[in-house]
Amino acid sequence: MTIKLYDIAHSRAGDKGNTLTLSLIPYKAEDYPLLQAQVTAEAVKQHLGDIVAGEITRYELPNLPALQFVCQQALMGGVTTSLTMDTHGKSLSFALLEMRIDGGDK
Amino acid sequence: MKTSVRIGCGAGFSGDRLEPALMLVQQGELDYLVLECLAERTIALAQKRKRQDATLGYDPLLERRIERLLPYLLAQKVRLITNMGAANPLAAAQKIVDIAQRLSLPVRVAAVTGDDVFSLLSALETGQPLSASGPLISANAYLGIEAILPALATDANIIITGRVADPSLFLAPLVHEFGWSPNDYDLLGQGTVIGHLLECAGHLTGGYFADPGRKDVPDMAHLGHPFAEVSSDGTAVFGKVAGTGGLLNLATAKEQLLYEVMDPSQYLTPDVVADFTQVRLAETGPNQVRASGGQGQPRPDKLKVSVGYEAGFIGEGEISYAGANALGRAQLAGAIIQERLQDRFTDLRIDYIGSTSVHRTNFGHYPAPYEIRLRVAGRALTAQQAALVGEEVEALYTNGPAAGGGARKYVHELVGIVSTLIDRNQVSPHVTLFQS
Repeated sequence: MTIKLYDIAHSRAGDKGNTLTLSLIPYKAEDYPLLQAQVTAEAVKQHLGDIVAGEITRYELPNLPALQFVCQQALMGGVTTSLTMDTHGKSLSFALLEMRIDGGDK
Repeated sequence: MKTSVRIGCGAGFSGDRLEPALMLVQQGELDYLVLECLAERTIALAQKRKRQDATLGYDPLLERRIERLLPYLLAQKVRLITNMGAANPLAAAQKIVDIAQRLSLPVRVAAVTGDDVFSLLSALETGQPLSASGPLISANAYLGIEAILPALATDANIIITGRVADPSLFLAPLVHEFGWSPNDYDLLGQGTVIGHLLECAGHLTGGYFADPGRKDVPDMAHLGHPFAEVSSDGTAVFGKVAGTGGLLNLATAKEQLLYEVMDPSQYLTPDVVADFTQVRLAETGPNQVRASGGQGQPRPDKLKVSVGYEAGFIGEGEISYAGANALGRAQLAGAIIQERLQDRFTDLRIDYIGSTSVHRTNFGHYPAPYEIRLRVAGRALTAQQAALVGEEVEALYTNGPAAGGGARKYVHELVGIVSTLIDRNQVSPHVTLFQS
């Protein structure tokens, strides 16, 4: 069945200039392979749509376990000059957690 | 030589709360307290204050923080390391001495300077001139432990810096106490992991983490800030003062470990290229997490420089609509404002707070809410021009859709930041001692 990332993982957003970072950390380590298989850089790019103008790179941290997404041109100019409400993109962790994946028998 | 060192972090940004730092100094059994108070943009704003008054340009909360902390720092023999010097570490050191004299306390302060590379700006030009962004305000290189270690070698109670890399504030006392070699990249990498976990203070102990019912954090009103007990082999056990609120566990530590990290195998600081991918975290008790396994490679040849520039002004206006068709009326108001202002602003933004203002979408998942707040923002070269945005939003009272309420208007000055690099050998850090 379809589940939201919110159901099985948590996330924190960070910013460097106009680049957004999003961690994706499963509550249970056993859910890591599910995230690794379905939450690809391409899938996240498609999910976030207009939020991220540039490329998304995914890094895998199997020891934690966690995934890290680095999103270029995601903050409409970055914290210092952007006209957006959330200039840091701090709330965007919960935009990632809105993404839906196939949760199998979950 | 010590076998372990305890470092607390009592502030993770310039506006952070004062009480957790006090609690750490009084009850944390610390060797060092670090207050990290300098975001990317903060130093450019401080530079503007220094231009208006040469005795200013340090952290606006410096006085309040030092007044509260100084008696306990001295009584508990805790050394303070902080970047509250911002654009003016020398004036900050003098201010601390003044406060100590007023309190009849003996204090020695070491001010670390050399990060201000504004006079070298021409040497920093790359392809496109930096000044193309706007009138330049400041240029500060991120100094590393090299700049802080000579200050730690003095008998100063307080080490105050301008721009240094955040993790270096924590790595420096570890290298100072343990005599870690500048060539032991794995120790420097692990020390950087420790600094990175601590640098946002409450971020590690359940601040910025809670989601009620899903990620519950107890007693957030009394959130405690973290400390690390670090062994000479670099292993660190993180904790917080007993009785404080908050939560320190694997989940909070993981969120902070990856916070603002680009490539986790190459976390660049002035001291080392740290590798976070082999870090091992373990819960070793209630509100206690052990971290080990950080690694490293030789430091980069160049230092990062943040350049601040004047980016004009932003004007904002807000007004609320509620009840039936609230979103429809707000959208009509937005369209009216767009038509009235579009010829006068090249950069205008219209947001619907309560619907799509923060993520610029709601992914189509959520129904229209009962109330909506229209928010309009525009950028302009002058404050007067920027103010037009709020004026037009306010004028919706008598010239807009039905039942708009609670109009507010704001104008802010904008400071932009661009980053560049500088050769390490062009930067020469310096320590100046002050005493009461």
